Amino acid sequence: MAGQSNAGHETYYVPEKSSLAINATIGLVASVYGAASVINDASYRPGEETNSSFILFAGLAYFAATLWVWFATTIRENRQGMNSAQLKHSYVIGMQWFIFSEVMFFAAFFGALFYIRNLAGPWLAGEGDGAMNTLLWPGFEYSWPLMETPQDAIGGVSGQAAAGHLANNGEFTGAEKHLSFPGFANIGHWLPLYNTIILLTSSFTCHIAHMGIKENNRKKFNLWLFITVALGAIFLYLQYMEYHEALFEYGIKLNSGVYGTTFFMLTGFHGFHVAMGTVMLLIQWLRSTSKGHFTADDQFGFEASSWYWHFVDVVWVFLFLFVYIL
Amino acid sequence: MGAHGPAKGLTRWLTTTNHKDIGSMYLWFSFAMFLLGGSFAMIIRAELFQPGLQIVEPEFFNQMTTMHGLVMVFGAIMPAFVGLANWMIPMMIGAPDMALPRMNNWSFWILPPTFLLLASTLFMEGGGPNFGWTFYAPLSTTYAPPSVTFFIFAVHAMGISSIMGSINIIATVVNMRAPGMTYMKMPMFVWTWLITAFLLVAVMPVLAGAVTMMLMDIHFGTSFFSAAGGGDPVLFQHVFWFFGHPEVYIIILPAFGVVSEVIPTFSRKPLFGYASMVYATASIAFLSFIVWAHHMYTVGLPIAGELFFMYATMLIAVPTAAKVFNWITTMFKGSITLETPMLFAIAKVFLFTVGGFSGLMLAIAPADFQYHDSYFVVAHFHYTMVAGAIFALSSAVYYWLPKWTGKMYNETMGKVHFWVSFIGFNLTFFPQHFVGLAGMPRRIPDYNLMFADFNMMSSIGAFIYGSSQLLFLFNIVRTITHGKPVNDDKVWDGATTLEWTVPSPAPYHTFSTPPEVK
Repeated sequence: MAGQSNAGHETYYVPEKSSLAINATIGLVASVYGAASVINDASYRPGEETNSSFILFAGLAYFAATLWVWFATTIRENRQGMNSAQLKHSYVIGMQWFIFSEVMFFAAFFGALFYIRNLAGPWLAGEGDGAMNTLLWPGFEYSWPLMETPQDAIGGVSGQAAAGHLANNGEFTGAEKHLSFPGFANIGHWLPLYNTIILLTSSFTCHIAHMGIKENNRKKFNLWLFITVALGAIFLYLQYMEYHEALFEYGIKLNSGVYGTTFFMLTGFHGFHVAMGTVMLLIQWLRSTSKGHFTADDQFGFEASSWYWHFVDVVWVFLFLFVYIL
Repeated sequence: MGAHGPAKGLTRWLTTTNHKDIGSMYLWFSFAMFLLGGSFAMIIRAELFQPGLQIVEPEFFNQMTTMHGLVMVFGAIMPAFVGLANWMIPMMIGAPDMALPRMNNWSFWILPPTFLLLASTLFMEGGGPNFGWTFYAPLSTTYAPPSVTFFIFAVHAMGISSIMGSINIIATVVNMRAPGMTYMKMPMFVWTWLITAFLLVAVMPVLAGAVTMMLMDIHFGTSFFSAAGGGDPVLFQHVFWFFGHPEVYIIILPAFGVVSEVIPTFSRKPLFGYASMVYATASIAFLSFIVWAHHMYTVGLPIAGELFFMYATMLIAVPTAAKVFNWITTMFKGSITLETPMLFAIAKVFLFTVGGFSGLMLAIAPADFQYHDSYFVVAHFHYTMVAGAIFALSSAVYYWLPKWTGKMYNETMGKVHFWVSFIGFNLTFFPQHFVGLAGMPRRIPDYNLMFADFNMMSSIGAFIYGSSQLLFLFNIVRTITHGKPVNDDKVWDGATTLEWTVPSPAPYHTFSTPPEVK
């Protein structure tokens, strides 16, 4: 065995060599190259035949397969007893700081939302001393959710041209209806409330599952973890319904100005993270049910996934507050 | 165990999990990027040698300033310090390797293809990124060339690499210290890297957010940065600089760490005020999160914002001065010898202080209204980035090269490299203070005739500085092939840290059994 050490009275396992990293690189780089090509083709060469989407999907498949093997390798190493308590702690630290980096990613988008709602929006409507935006966007009134964009206020793209604006960044037509709190009379039809209840409940069921495995009660673990995964799937389905409603009944699109922008970007990235979390928990459930993985004192794969799950839950609470209610 | 050697051939590098191999790859890669970014700088300085347009088209000039900045920041300086971290942190804290060795290899291998992708944008239709390394919207959105999409995804990939590398460093420092190595006994280089890694994990995702917003604005109709839809181009600057200001400390803090190792060694005295150095580093890191808008004084901020960011920025001078005084006090009454690493370290302290003072001038909002976007700013940040970071990197390479290779570099050639660098650097950037104060704007390929003399000096200095780096490369290669073997573990008699207790060259595996630190 190469590179074994006696740190902290136990052996710190240093894998001798591994082709995982280079394969993951191939997958990742093909994916990002493919993604950029697909997007550029759609924007600049619409309708033209290219092999971009093949590169993208081949890259993603290669990447996913490599990650699969990578996780399988670490799981096998752990089950073979190669991981000392110290090495396990390295994984714990790694996961914690990964989640912190995700927190900061969402912070960027929440920061954008706060900036637009509290500063940029009012300034566009002429608030503040020295603001000259009323010359550019006469008649624009700021309110949130922003249903009428500055462009709408001066008569759309043609109004912009008539007003002599030099830049035209595209067409931004405000939405017809918004998804914010509809009043207590209509609260029964308000999907975000259901989604909040579902996701908060799933955090509890996830915790019950955790207690189950710690009590060495596999039945309890499997049952409550399954319920958690099911709740995640229901959340995603409702989110899909909501998007459908937003797009086709409320007229909220990515280009409906900054309300549509922040709504879809924040809920979209959150939804993507819920999907990832659901898959992570599903894999832990399959590991437990079909392979009998996890013991009362070693269930890190599940534990890390559950931290991730609680994280997406907390993000949702902030979303519910700042995107839907306030 | 320790006798186990590396695999043979290219496979060794592709599949390695060894922190020394990975550190070496980071260092060689960053040197290659340093030469690439440097050649862009040479094109810039050649064009600016005389007023008027001689060599390149303005469009290409813009691509050069952009790519020079991006390649130097993300390709040269950052990976170079990560390379040092990989090599030195496990040896300095008595760990057998980095905490997560396979991920370590992945962090590195993402970089070469990513920078290939970034460099290839220069050959794409419409040219490469031409909006400056700060890629402000709407230059980088509405008016960007199509290659911006590749730029965006390249930034994503290098961000993933940085975040994984930083998580690895945090896990290593927190979890892998030898018994007895308490936090307050860690070498300063390790401390500065721990704090840097925290900064990286905190702000690289924000950069990812910024480029994602760009991508959505360009291709999917969102209006983050379009006033017509209710967004604001200034939002881009806020998000970017929330990343960007901590980023410049990500570059400089490990450089502080290097000189905090080198100066005590060659002064043969312990670092003066160790604890205050730790707290100063942490304070600088904290302050870096609340000063970002000092890059945006002229964009139209409310007066309250200008004042807050001005005072917060000037506060940074306090911990930074504490560090400079500590370095100077470390040298005070020391038995100083001036080997090449020490020369670079002293020059770094001196020249970084010059950059710090011009930073203080720029921090004053009403004064900045005059300096903004002028060559004064260019002079300021090159004093911090080149003299602050790259001089520290040169110092580090000369300092640890005997440990890495087991051979001594040529001292005379090292000193020549230092003096030519020092003179070339100052000749390049000192005159830029004057042309900047007199009103020469940055990022413009032509200039008023009155700036001609100083610009010619700048260009000559840049060619001198650039060519001195070839001497540096030659010296390193010669050390590896023909260097005189050093027979001591402790190459420098004043050195005290753990890496000097293992043989030179350092064996493939060190500290398989952790040392006891008293």
